[in-house]
Amino acid sequence: MEELSQHFINNNRRHFLKKMGLGIGGIAAASLLDPFSSVAGSNPADELALKLPHFAPKAKRVIYLFQSGGPSQLELFDYKPLLDKLRGEDLPDSVRNGQRLTGMTSGQDKFPLVGSNFKFDQYGQSRAWVSSLMPYTAKVVDELCFIKSMHTEAINHDPAITFFQTGSQQAGRPSMGSWMSYGLGSLNENLPTFTVLLSRGTGRPFSQPLYSRLWGNGFLSSLHQGVQFRSGKDPVLYLKDPEGMSRSERRKMLDHINELNQKQEAEFGDPEINSRIAQYEMAYRMQTSVPDTMNIDDEPEHIIQMYGMDALTPGTYAANCLLARRMVERDVRFVQLYHMGWDQHFDLPSQIEKQAKDIDQATAALIMDLKQRGLLEDTLVIWGGEFGRTNYSQGVLTETNYGRDHHPKCFTMFMAGGGVKPGFTYGETDDFGYNIVKDPVHVHDLQATVMHLMGVDHTKFTYKHQGRRFRLTDVSGHVVHDLLS
Amino acid sequence: MSNKQGNKKSGILILYFAIPFIIVLLVKYSISMSRDQYQGLGENSAGSEKEQLADMGMKLPDTVDFIFHVKPILSDRCYLCHGPDEGTREAGLRFDTKEGAFAAIGEHLDKYAIVPGDAASSRLVFKINSTDPEQIMPPPDSNLTLSEYEKQILTKWIEQGAVWKDHWSFVPPKKKEVPSISNPEWASNEIDYFIAKRLEQEGLAPSEKATKEKLIRKVYFDLTGLPPSIEEIDTFINDKDANAYEKVVDHLLASPAYGEHMASGWLDLSRYADTHGYQDDLERVMWPWRDWVISAINRNMPYNQFVKWQLAGDLLPDATLEQIVATGFNRNHKITQEGGVIDEEYRVEYVKDRANTTAKALMGLTMECAQCHDHKYDPISQKEYYGFYGFFNKVNEKGRIDYNEIPEPNVKITPKEVKETLSFINLPDSIKEVRLMVMKDDAPDRKTHILKRGQYDAPSEEVSLSTPEVVFVYSDSLPKNRLGLADWFFSEGNTLTSRVAVNRMWQHIFGVGIVSTSDDFGNQGALPSHPDLLDWLAVTFREDGWDVKKMYKRMVMSSTYQQTSKVTPQLLEADPDNVLLARSSRSKLTAEMIRDNALAVSGLLVNKIGGPSVKPYQPPGLWAETTSGQGLTKYIPDTGENLYRRSLYTFWKRTVPPPSMMTFDAPTRDFCEVKRQKTSTPLQALVMLNDPQLIEAAEHLAMNTLENEATTDEERVKTIFRKITSRFPEENEIDELVQYLEYVKDSYDTTNSDVTKAEGPSKDVYAYTVLTSMIFNLDEAIIKG
Repeated sequence: MEELSQHFINNNRRHFLKKMGLGIGGIAAASLLDPFSSVAGSNPADELALKLPHFAPKAKRVIYLFQSGGPSQLELFDYKPLLDKLRGEDLPDSVRNGQRLTGMTSGQDKFPLVGSNFKFDQYGQSRAWVSSLMPYTAKVVDELCFIKSMHTEAINHDPAITFFQTGSQQAGRPSMGSWMSYGLGSLNENLPTFTVLLSRGTGRPFSQPLYSRLWGNGFLSSLHQGVQFRSGKDPVLYLKDPEGMSRSERRKMLDHINELNQKQEAEFGDPEINSRIAQYEMAYRMQTSVPDTMNIDDEPEHIIQMYGMDALTPGTYAANCLLARRMVERDVRFVQLYHMGWDQHFDLPSQIEKQAKDIDQATAALIMDLKQRGLLEDTLVIWGGEFGRTNYSQGVLTETNYGRDHHPKCFTMFMAGGGVKPGFTYGETDDFGYNIVKDPVHVHDLQATVMHLMGVDHTKFTYKHQGRRFRLTDVSGHVVHDLLS
Repeated sequence: MSNKQGNKKSGILILYFAIPFIIVLLVKYSISMSRDQYQGLGENSAGSEKEQLADMGMKLPDTVDFIFHVKPILSDRCYLCHGPDEGTREAGLRFDTKEGAFAAIGEHLDKYAIVPGDAASSRLVFKINSTDPEQIMPPPDSNLTLSEYEKQILTKWIEQGAVWKDHWSFVPPKKKEVPSISNPEWASNEIDYFIAKRLEQEGLAPSEKATKEKLIRKVYFDLTGLPPSIEEIDTFINDKDANAYEKVVDHLLASPAYGEHMASGWLDLSRYADTHGYQDDLERVMWPWRDWVISAINRNMPYNQFVKWQLAGDLLPDATLEQIVATGFNRNHKITQEGGVIDEEYRVEYVKDRANTTAKALMGLTMECAQCHDHKYDPISQKEYYGFYGFFNKVNEKGRIDYNEIPEPNVKITPKEVKETLSFINLPDSIKEVRLMVMKDDAPDRKTHILKRGQYDAPSEEVSLSTPEVVFVYSDSLPKNRLGLADWFFSEGNTLTSRVAVNRMWQHIFGVGIVSTSDDFGNQGALPSHPDLLDWLAVTFREDGWDVKKMYKRMVMSSTYQQTSKVTPQLLEADPDNVLLARSSRSKLTAEMIRDNALAVSGLLVNKIGGPSVKPYQPPGLWAETTSGQGLTKYIPDTGENLYRRSLYTFWKRTVPPPSMMTFDAPTRDFCEVKRQKTSTPLQALVMLNDPQLIEAAEHLAMNTLENEATTDEERVKTIFRKITSRFPEENEIDELVQYLEYVKDSYDTTNSDVTKAEGPSKDVYAYTVLTSMIFNLDEAIIKG
């Protein structure tokens, strides 16, 4: 019985130290100063955060430009002239090889192959293939690291996007940004570690929804949940003081609250009170730092021109790209963008043209803007959706029109900056654009590689929840060393 | 300017608070530390640090106990390869059973991992101490290591004879004699004897009783989720009867707010929501089931009946409509309507969800870990998982539903049914009919197979219905269906049901369960802090006929509960997490309580039970910006009284849950949760400062106070403070508050133009609103006791 008691007392003491942010290694009162810091959580594992990164990171920050809906690789980057030649012919069984189809095309009696309506060409010194839909991107290919051989296990949107963000098809695990926030902590004292920006595309504006759990903290402390930055008066929920209240009234209020709270602390001795005082101070700082981040009035004309005039319209993809740059400039660790509207089942040619136009210029601008500021070096930019699209038409193929269904077996993504090879293309698909023939990269491989770039060994970075050690990469994933610069 | 000041101030604060703890940090070198629960991040790179710790003079226990010292290490570091999962077992060696641990190993079966009393001959000791990467256990690629302390624990246990014991939670609970203590006059009931005994052993004493103001606040929130009114506080303070407190408790247990409050926890556990949860996340109608839950709790339905109806009400002989409605419990899982999904894939997902929810809620087991392979830590095989899954696999249901489809099976509820048998459902006149999803074994012939890797399209061996043997045998006399399953849960020999239930109740009242991992009673879960008390409560609960109110009353009537939450630095250092309960925990209000408190104290709260979920204020655009254009595309706040209902009635859209509730750690309701996080974040501060609901409540309370009550600023401030914190402010606190009030009044004069003055609230209303908002933001305003 005595031993048993000792067991609890020991654990207790340790938690006590942890609670004060003064765990082993004495990483000091950082957590009091920075409430978004990873060590302020409630799990015993948290104190070990100070052992991260495992090795020197190439990327300190990430901007993940998530293209929601499943952009067609065949219209954008994966050039397949054979499909033009075989246009209208049925997908050979030997190529399909028993691949599962979605319920949307499994009933079709024909799977007519179709190539891109848009011309492809090679660009830059790297001679990367890009279609005419992406003229701005074409100009920056020498900064980009293409992966033509992405593949996933999921074939429907909800599980597929959940898989990319959390490493599991079913809801409940932390988002990639939450993992990074938890593991690496904050780089700044005034803004959240993990921020989220949403935009709606013009290609198919109402097609696929998003879910706030995609940027959720799962079983990690809610300190690590993605904080949505929205266009409008209240960029972060409840940020704005009530109408008519002055900043000095607010400051004064906080001072009085702190006084009274400290009295409580003196009486009750509860260390949580100190933590709450720190949270209020951070909230107060955010009331200034968030609007300051959102306010692009100080951006010169040529920068706006660079991102495109959409950048002046809050809530657009271009405006969000510009904000993403402003965020990483202020050392936000992980910026997660979502651009909706890439689900081109029908009328693909007309839809994807608009959709590509939404993002082409601003994506390229973001990369070059980061570069000219010296930020690209240690900021990783990721571009891609949750799966690819089929090489055959969904619905009737006409001379000018077609659609494409979901295709998990191959699709293209690209990255830039933060330790990946510039002007590089990795992986290959077959001439049908249906199967991978060289260097497949699984979703977990991509996640492992991103973590590696951030200085984290994905097999060692775990969180114990309900007795099990969870990883972003679940039980698989390999770092794709060939992608690293 | 103010910003700068703030930074400087917090900087000083940090130093101020950090210094005492740096001292503690130095002190820690002299105290014995156990690292056995250090997990996770980069633990394998921690070698040098761990050795450092080992050298810090950690004290090994005199007698090493298998359950409390050894098995946590074996489970956490060895079971992945030497545990219950046959599929990944290495070298045929297992440490999860006695036979396995002591079996002969090696090519010639001439070696033993464990030789009782002989560490030198034990391969385990050799392996864990090896420096050869080929030999050392755990192996380097496992990313797991043992600290020096842990190695010594294992070694000493073997030296002391390697006494094996079964996992505590799989041994039936026994009611031990209530221990005798040195100060029996302190004890109010049996709970206190167990708590005091433990404190005596630690050389600690219970704290003094909480003030009446603190006590009434705490018990109101714990039993009803609402604050006491000033009148109720005054009555209690002035009631000099010996049973004054008991009167309050009885009153609360009998109040309808009790059922509403207790329902909240059950809704988390039941993953209750108002939408289907996947992709377009369409609306569903499950609230009549929620109304049943509230009603059953308020009627004090015995826990065994409460659960039995929910698991198998439809299978009861001559099942009533109410009993069928109760089975909605197992239809709260998510359902997809996403085009193109494979029906069977999702149908299987729903069956798993029911099995996982039932296992976690009633047995505190992570059964879901045995979906793809045998459980890695607990003695639950994959075959047993699917045997259990089979109970829930007889429903004739679709995996994918159409837009606007109400999933089968369901029951029709019209005003007629409500009038005749379902009077607990608050069906508004405007609704002529709802359909509620329920359970029905209308696919009785469906066979259940083990699914390889958990995949819907990889069935292997067919299994018959079964339950995990280690928990309790499934008697032949029980039918092999959900009804039999319900009886199995409540059989006297079931080792878990009663423990898990009382532990959750304890967690509700005391903040942390006796087993702190209320969701995991398995090998990887925490050990009970007071094992004998847990068992005493578990057996008593059953003997009392599973009487829930009686159990809650026992807990809140204990002297343990009635202690103050004041803590001395010495006590804080000795027991920072308050495991020993030498004081009361100073716990935070839940998401629901925070909003309900503001509504209640300001007089805005509408006391109405049940009915369709309501849409209070929410920042505009949250639904619109993520929608696909189908289903619930826009959040339109209700008007009138629906704005001021208790928070458990707030409409729950799973893919975009109510934001301020999420900020205050409400779960997503995607799956069963029995425990909420307790965090403190800057976003919470923003909600408290600026949520329009809280501002409106502040304004309302300010205006009420200005209109009705006291005459001086001091009196008014006192009233508002009392309403929000349940206690009288002290003189210097009043000064501080009045000072701020004056400041705001002055600032109103100087900063506001005549136009804004004419359009906005009067100076008094403005100043009092700001002041009230400030009081809502005090730490004490979101603390119970």
